[in-house]
Parts: sequence; C-alpha cells; structure tokens
Amino acid sequence: MALAIEIAGIQKRFALRHTRSLKETVLWLLKGRKGDLSKTFAALNDVSLTVEEGETVALLGFNGSGKSTLLKHISGVMLPDTGTVRTRGRVAGLIEVGAGFHPDLSGRDNVFLNGAILGMSEKDIHRQFDSIVDFAEIGEFIDTEVRFYSSGMYLRLAFSVAVHTDPNVFLIDEILAVGDEPFQRKCISKIKELAEAGKTLVVVSHDLELIGQICRRGVVLEKGRIVHDAPVAEAIAHIRGQ
Amino acid sequence: MTAGSDEPGGPAQAELRVPGRGAGLRDVARHRFLLKLLVDKEIKVRYRGSVLGLLWSYVKPGVQFIVFYIALGIFLGLEQSDRNPDGLPNYAIYLFSGIVLINFFSEALGNASRSIVGNSGLIKKIYLPRELFPVSAIWVSGIHFLPQIVILVVACLFTGWSPSILQLAVAIVGFLIAAFLATGLGLIFGAINVYYRDAENLVDMLLMVATWASPVLYSWEMVRRQLGDTALSIYMLNPLTVSVETFHYAFWLPTTDQQFALPPGFLPVWLPVALAVALFTVILGQHLFRRLEGRFAQEL
Ligand SMILES: Nc1ncnc2c1ncn2[C@@H]1O[C@H](COP(=O)(O)OP(=O)(O)OP(=O)(O)O)[C@@H](O)[C@H]1O
Ligand SMILES: [Mg+2]
Repeated sequence: MALAIEIAGIQKRFALRHTRSLKETVLWLLKGRKGDLSKTFAALNDVSLTVEEGETVALLGFNGSGKSTLLKHISGVMLPDTGTVRTRGRVAGLIEVGAGFHPDLSGRDNVFLNGAILGMSEKDIHRQFDSIVDFAEIGEFIDTEVRFYSSGMYLRLAFSVAVHTDPNVFLIDEILAVGDEPFQRKCISKIKELAEAGKTLVVVSHDLELIGQICRRGVVLEKGRIVHDAPVAEAIAHIRGQ
Repeated sequence: MTAGSDEPGGPAQAELRVPGRGAGLRDVARHRFLLKLLVDKEIKVRYRGSVLGLLWSYVKPGVQFIVFYIALGIFLGLEQSDRNPDGLPNYAIYLFSGIVLINFFSEALGNASRSIVGNSGLIKKIYLPRELFPVSAIWVSGIHFLPQIVILVVACLFTGWSPSILQLAVAIVGFLIAAFLATGLGLIFGAINVYYRDAENLVDMLLMVATWASPVLYSWEMVRRQLGDTALSIYMLNPLTVSVETFHYAFWLPTTDQQFALPPGFLPVWLPVALAVALFTVILGQHLFRRLEGRFAQEL
C-alpha cells in the first residue's frame, strides 16, 4: 500500500500575543531581527505520522492539544516551521463545514462556489449537482438565499457539497454533529461508505462512540505531541484514562 | 490540486507532494472557473436587493460627468474660452477621462489590499491559491470600469470624437499599466495588511495622493512650467501619470483640434517605461506575497 500522508518531524510554534506595537517592531528590526518578535509556544512538537491509503485515522486529544492545527498542516493551510508534510492526490479539508458559503448567495450559487473552492471542476459540479441537492434534502429551497436557511439546512448543504468533492484524502474536523438525528445517521453512513470505498480519512471528534465506529486507528495528541498510536479502541481507552 | 478529480474512487497515481505551496499567479490561471465564481459573487453581493443593480454603475459616473460639466466647465470657467484662453478645451472630457482611470485604480488597489483580510474565514480553513483574492478584486473593478468607459465614450461622441487606431491601442496599454500596477501593489499591501492593518490606511492615503500626483485635474504642461524639465521626467516615471495621459490622448485629444502635444518622448520612452515599471511591480508583488503567505492562516 502507498502512503497517503507522510508527516516527518514537524514543529509549529505560535505567537502567544499577536498584536505588536510599532515600537516593538522597530526595535526588533533594528536589533537585526534576532529571536521572535513575541513569545511563542509549540503547538506541534516533533510530530511524525504516516497514513496509508485507505486508512481511517482518528485524531484524539483534549481541547488545545493541536488536532486542528495538525489537520491544517495536512491540508496545506499552514506550513510547518521545521519538518515536512507530504500528501498524495487531492486532499479536501472539512476543517469547518460552510467555510466559503456566502449568506447572500442562493443555495445554488453556493454549491458552485463551495464546490470549486473545495477543488471540484466545473464539469464535476454540474454532474454532481442533483445528487448534492438530493443528499441535502433541500429541494425547492435551493434557489433561496442561504441566509434564510435554518442553521441545520445550511449545514446539510455544506456537508453535502463536501462529501461530493470526491478527494483522495478526507480531513474531517468536528463536523459530524450536523443536522437532526436522521441526517446525522445519513452523514455517518456516508462517511463509512467513503471509508469502504478506499478513501483515506483523518477524523477529529470528541464523540468517542462515533469515532470508534468510523475509524480503525487512533492517534492521541497531548500538548502538541503524539503520545499514543494504536487501534482506535485502545486509543479511546487511553483518552478515557484507563 | 485538481489532478485526478476525474477518476472518482480510483487510487491516486499522483506522487507525494508538499501541500500549501502554490505556484503564484500561475495558479490563478489554472483556477479560472473559481476566479469567475469569486468575481460573480462580488458582483451579486454588491448589488443584492437593489432594483437598478448593475445599472447603478452607469448612473453614478453619468451624474458625475454632468456635475463636472456644469460646475467646472460652466460655473468655474475652467473651460477654454475668450475670457480664459489658457484653459483646456472640453475640460469636462479631460477631467472625466482621467477620473475614470483613477476610479478604476483606486477601487482595484483598495479592494485588493483588503481582499486577504476580508476573506480570512476561507483562508484560515481551506487551502486555495490566495492570489485568487487580490486578482478577483482587480477583475471586479474592471467590470465596474466598463460602464464608466461607456459614459465617457458617449460624452466624447457628443463632442465630435474621432480617435485613430493608434490612440485607442495606446489607451488599452494605459489601462493595462493601471491594472498591472494595481495588481502588484495589491499583492504587496494585501499581504502586509495581514500583519499590520496599518497597510489599509496607508493605501487610502496613497490613493488620495495619486489623484493629485497625476494629471487628472491639471495638465502636464503646468508641471513643466512650474517645476522644469527634470521635475517633469520624475513626474513621468509615475506609471499612473502615463496611464492617465494615455486616456487624454485617446479620449480627450481627438475631441479637440489636436493642438495639444503629448509630453516629450511619451510614446517611445515613457509608455514602455511605465509598462515595465508596472510589470516589475507585479513580479515584486508576487515574490513578496509568496514570502508572506505561509503565515497568513495563523496570523489572521
Ligand atoms: N493561529 C494561531 N495563533 C496562535 N495560537 C494558535 C493558533 N491556532 C491555534 N493556536 C493554539 O494552538 C493550540 C492548539 O490548537 P488547536 O486548535 O489545534 O487545538 P485542538 O486540538 O483542535 O482543540 P479543540 O479540541 O478545542 O478543537 C491551542 O493552544 C491554540 O490556542
Ligand atoms: Mg480543533
């Protein structure tokens, strides 16, 4: 099996305070740009991880442990300070559903815009359009402006676009709690379907039950380090402190 | 990043690649469909809920022109006449042809400078070539520029406009100069704006200066008369000056008896220089943008 994701020893430091005054900046520049402009901390520390094609990986960890940051490195939104990230094929990040939706556009326009943002070609979108609308069960509201949608409808449409983008690697961050109960079940079975079709999935969720159903492998992050990497049941047990 | 999308479910033949490293403006060319959708979005959102819609962009410059014509031409007497032999003939056309260009440049640069911060929601969450945002801002301004040109041409036709092919071609080059300059500066200020929001205010100030630092309200001859030839050469180094002058050359000059000369060396020297400066700005802008974009997501 070929690798889908290869992360080799990455480190990412963030500034603790982003605002900087002109005085600080000028002093820093005068001193020859030595050191960091403001205090930093490591959000990811020496993280190495390889994921094979078709694997389903859960990223687990407490709030602020660096899960979303790691996903952003895989999708290319962020670049590591040191170390390398490499991916194979198209990666679609569902870092947050509905990013790229514009409230003043109709559902139809948003499907096109968001599909293109997530990397679909014009042809793909035309071909998938009906299926996207069907899956979201939006029906006649497709030409209504999205700001008049209920929040559930909005998320359904966004999720539906995302699952139709057909990437090789799927990054999912906290989006499984979408919509009402029946729709949630539908989403989950869709994600399972993707997994069975051989897609690589990296899923972040605090819903341990659910993640146990979807993923086989569990990776536990703690303060930016990988502390545990095992079959998902073991990882969940680790997180629960057993 | 679109490779392989036509083979649903098939294992990727692609090799391992480093994500998040774009190819700069070349990526924009590869994402033309997305660029079009982003431009459409801007236009739709801007005229949402307005009855006249895009018609507004005809009404506004039209009214602007009429105001100029009456206030400046008739009341203030800036128009050339027996009482004011030093004035410019068809002053309203002179003024308007410069102003439409400055309007375009201001809108393009202003919006491009805000485009990265304005799209932070997307940039923080999904990777796509970020040059798309400044470029789409420039494109939108180009679309808003069209109605102004229509109004200008209509006004010109009323005053007996008969341009030569050369004059029209020069105006197109002049427009491209302004567009490239706005793209280059837009990339620079758009990227800096992520780190220092002061950039926005700096741009606003620059744009105010731009109107006065190019021959929009007065003629280039006044610069030479007051400051001499050396100053004029420095003045001509500003690509925006050249750009505005091309519009005078194409739209205003053919409505007069063609007695007014272009600045010395305008077509052989200053026009190519301005185009080169503008293209250099694009290259510089793209270089700086790519150096700074790696940290966009975490700074926004
Ligand atoms: N752009 C940024 N600038 C500074 N600090 C950041 C930035 N993004 C994330 N952080 C910090 O990095 C750490 C990890 O954040 P991250 O969002 O990856 O956590 P997480 O594991 O996804 O948490 P959660 O379970 O709450 O979603 C946090 O301490 C957060 O404050
Ligand atoms: Mg998170």
